[in-house]
Amino acid sequence: MLRALALLITLALPASAEEVVLGLSQTKVSITTNFDGSEIFIFGAVKRETEIPTGDPLQVIIAIQGPSEPLTVRRKEKRYGIWINTEAVEVDAAPSFYAVATSAPFADVLSATEDLRYKISIPRAIRSVGAPMEVADSQSFTDAVIRIRKANDLFQVHEGTIEFNEETLFRTSIAMPANLTEGVYSTRIFLTRSGKVVSEYETEIEVSKVGLERWLFTLSRQQPLLYGLLSLAIAIIAGWGASAIFTVLRRN
Amino acid sequence: MQIYLPIAEVSVNAFLLLGLGGLVGVLSGMFGVGGGFLMTPLLFFIGIPPAVAVATEANQIVASSFSGVLAHVKRKSVDFRMGTVLLIGGLVGAALGVLVFNYLKSLGQVDLLVKLCYVVFLGIIGALMFVESLNAIRKSKKPGGAPKRKQRGWIHALPFKMRFRTSGLYISVIPPLIVGVAVGILAAIMGVGGGFVMVPAMIYLLGMPTKVVVGTSLFQIIFVTAFTTLLHATTNFTVDMVLAVLLLVGGVIGAQVGTRIGTRLKAEQLRILLAIMVLAVCGKLAFDLLLMPSELYSLGASGGH
Repeated sequence: MLRALALLITLALPASAEEVVLGLSQTKVSITTNFDGSEIFIFGAVKRETEIPTGDPLQVIIAIQGPSEPLTVRRKEKRYGIWINTEAVEVDAAPSFYAVATSAPFADVLSATEDLRYKISIPRAIRSVGAPMEVADSQSFTDAVIRIRKANDLFQVHEGTIEFNEETLFRTSIAMPANLTEGVYSTRIFLTRSGKVVSEYETEIEVSKVGLERWLFTLSRQQPLLYGLLSLAIAIIAGWGASAIFTVLRRN
Repeated sequence: MQIYLPIAEVSVNAFLLLGLGGLVGVLSGMFGVGGGFLMTPLLFFIGIPPAVAVATEANQIVASSFSGVLAHVKRKSVDFRMGTVLLIGGLVGAALGVLVFNYLKSLGQVDLLVKLCYVVFLGIIGALMFVESLNAIRKSKKPGGAPKRKQRGWIHALPFKMRFRTSGLYISVIPPLIVGVAVGILAAIMGVGGGFVMVPAMIYLLGMPTKVVVGTSLFQIIFVTAFTTLLHATTNFTVDMVLAVLLLVGGVIGAQVGTRIGTRLKAEQLRILLAIMVLAVCGKLAFDLLLMPSELYSLGASGGH
């Protein structure tokens, strides 16, 4: 009787009875002078009070998204014998970095409608406003953003790379390249069953320049004149120094 | 050793940059050129954004020309008066150049402008040097020492005459001002000192004696490139100090080494090598413009409208 009641409660409970407990190898990425990319390990477990529901297996999707910024995409065309930029399309918001990893092929873990709702796949993560009237095929410009960013490892799709054991423990690693921009990188973890999102968890990874990099970048933006003068001072000292040192060396 | 450049926001090999700086420094010491016209395209090839390459290279030229001018000041081969007139023109030109640069940047055409300038000027200079050194080798001696002092007619008819004692000239200030403006524009757009244009102009157009030409052009270049650096730093935020330091450390050492190598080798053969190298860089840039690029699309930061 008691067991039957428990079963009844389990069935009646919404699917969100399964929750994510997450661990990250680091929550802060520091861009130092010798920064050469960073690999982030993401691991976690599914917390549940009840038994694993039967039916389609649980799946995991992990998406890391860098700060979004508007972009101008330009296309080259041959004019006067040389290739020059002609048409341009503004992309409203394109993430500077986007990596998505799944525990099975993408089509199996997420339905199109759920993708539209949660904006998980790369094409959905880019928001494009209306292209100018004279540009006929604005879709090819958005495709170009994805293609170029993928070539630079800034957009990554890792299908089926998440190790997911007993529908409980999952882990994966995502390599972030050296050409990262600063900002807050949102990390979203979705649990899906039959293509539907049953649980969502969100955390943040902070990417920032530190030390000398931070100092120089801030100075160049906030005190550009001082930064320029400092650059010149270094140049003058180096020029004078080299001349002086080699004069001494030549004499000896 | 990879190093992250804070302004260019790319990670590059520090030894590659030191090596490039050293290599171009050796060449500039050997041939007595600033090297900016070689370094900036090389920076394009290793993936530094053109806007950053141009602005940072201007900063590096300040260092190398300052190092060079000190030697000339000791030898009293700098015409400060002429240098100042050229400088006034140069500052106006640099300001115009940065304006043009920023306008084209907003149109998305700055890469094209910079590359076209390079193809045209490297092509002309490389071809001239190549022909001239071939002739020199054929004669197996240097062409006559003193350049011809021609075009005295119309230059002497211009008003606002001024006496330049070190150069032994009494000419109008208008031609030097125009030369200065032209060089200033080039400096801002191409990230070069402009010595390779100014030196011939000073000899053939203004009729200055050869011995003061290099020192005077270096004197002018220091200030024009310094001004360009400041303009780029304050309007475009594109001067990368880490990149500049790596390049100039390699550059100043290389320049001193190059000066020594240069004295041991035959001048004509050296110049033909330099000409071939200049033409090769020019050819690579020209092909990039002529051939269909593998990626037709490019991404740029928005907000240029």
